Amino acid sequence: MTRAPVPGSVPGSVPGPAGVGTSPKMRVEGFSFFYPGGQAALRGVSLDIPSNRILGLIGPSASGKSTLLRSLNRMSDFLHGTRREGRILLDGADIHAPGVDPTDIRRRVGMVFDTPVPLSRSIFENIAYGQRLKGERDRDRLAAIVESALKAAILWEEVKDRLEASALRLSGGQQQRLCIARTIALDPEVILLDEPCSGLDPISTLKIEEALAELKERFTIVLVTNNTKQAARVSDEVAFFLMGELVEHGEARQIFTVPRDRRTDDYISGRFG
Amino acid sequence: MKHLVRPDVSQRVIKVLLILLTALTLSILIFIITYLLLKGLPVFSPGFFTGHAIDMGRAGGILPFILSTVFLSVVALAIATPLGVGTAIYLTEYTRESRLTRVIRFAAECLAGVPSIILGLFGFVTFVLYLKLGWSVLSGGLTLAIMVLPTIIRTSEEAILAVPHAQREVSFSLGGTRWQTVIRVVLPGALPGIVTGVMLSLGRCIGETAAVIFTAGSSLMTPASLLDSGRTLAVHFYILAREGISAEMAYGTAAVLMISILAINVAAYGLMHRIVRRFS
Repeated sequence: MTRAPVPGSVPGSVPGPAGVGTSPKMRVEGFSFFYPGGQAALRGVSLDIPSNRILGLIGPSASGKSTLLRSLNRMSDFLHGTRREGRILLDGADIHAPGVDPTDIRRRVGMVFDTPVPLSRSIFENIAYGQRLKGERDRDRLAAIVESALKAAILWEEVKDRLEASALRLSGGQQQRLCIARTIALDPEVILLDEPCSGLDPISTLKIEEALAELKERFTIVLVTNNTKQAARVSDEVAFFLMGELVEHGEARQIFTVPRDRRTDDYISGRFG
Repeated sequence: MKHLVRPDVSQRVIKVLLILLTALTLSILIFIITYLLLKGLPVFSPGFFTGHAIDMGRAGGILPFILSTVFLSVVALAIATPLGVGTAIYLTEYTRESRLTRVIRFAAECLAGVPSIILGLFGFVTFVLYLKLGWSVLSGGLTLAIMVLPTIIRTSEEAILAVPHAQREVSFSLGGTRWQTVIRVVLPGALPGIVTGVMLSLGRCIGETAAVIFTAGSSLMTPASLLDSGRTLAVHFYILAREGISAEMAYGTAAVLMISILAINVAAYGLMHRIVRRFS
């Protein structure tokens, strides 16, 4: 292990980048996650997720990065027979505390999945879905929300004339931006993206990366990606996971130029994974 | 190894044999339909569909029996659909596979295997006598509801399971509760399959005799309320034929029954086809 202890950090945590504000948007404290049978998907992960930046989670498959992502908005509640230890804080409050409504957490911490899944309804109704669940009925307000969400996801120009068309008719890349717009329309504080560009062509990928660069002005973004180059292009910070452990977390530039841990170096230079 | 017959010959023989068997199966259906239409169509007339039975059904029409059939089926499906779909939602969305769900499924299968005449007897004892509903549309509808419940549960369950899991995840991730997800994502996706199950059940309601004759009676009048007795087309046919009242009218009634059930099956098949296409 080549970690240098940093004064004042949480015991056992991997040192985060210096110079970032003292109150992170989310904080993961000694978090472990066990699948049925006791197999650990995550072991003692501690990680600060800074406001208004893009945190890239990288690592080979089964490294636990997606499990962490799903724990951040309690989608992991649906994985039956699993068990967790440690805490995850959102603005300093434990998201697993008794009395916390998981649907409330999911509205504040939105999620985009690896394959675009449009609901079988119109483009407009896809974007408006989350707001409708909240009880919003005002057509004008919904229209304004839909427009601004589509603009933020850089999809507005392509679909503004066919909002009532089925979302299933969009191309794969458009569908994924639709899914991003659908999450934005919830007006969340954090947006989690689970390999949003897997299976997309380079141009679609580029559009999504452009959208992300603008979105971080408004949201805190956590991006899981299997594409190390993508992580290097869009992330401000990067956390590298291996076999359920957080190996290294730092500024993207530092991770990709002078990683502190040899395993990080091996992974980003393509020696495994 | 030495063959008694040359392999290419035996293959051809078997193929021809299988084609013959299939043709025989089909020809049975075609024969029944043609026979009924040939015998039944001659009595078709406007008055046959709009008139009341005269002289026990020797003359006149079958309007009261058409209406009774519709009323009874509507009551049965209005009861069985919410019960069956609700059970299917519970089994698929609100529990995980466990001993309990296996017991519930097994019980539904057993219910599906109960002969309809036994259900008729049960309906007679329970609804007609014990609950004092008498021979009525309500007693008959309740009995038919029990009869078709397993079908509706099973088809609904299959339709609900065919809705991709990812769609539920999306709904949850957008702040949807389980119930909101069921109502807005799962049920709309499963609707064609559920409707197919309901249509198949409708076909069984229309064709049922034993369970109905014990519970809805065989009044010649159009039922004016849920507590009135009524005679369905199938029961009318049974009585006409069994008591030798009128062979012509019996065939006419049978033709109407057959055509309705065929139409319903064709519609159900079309819907089933659509749902298969949607998810593949």
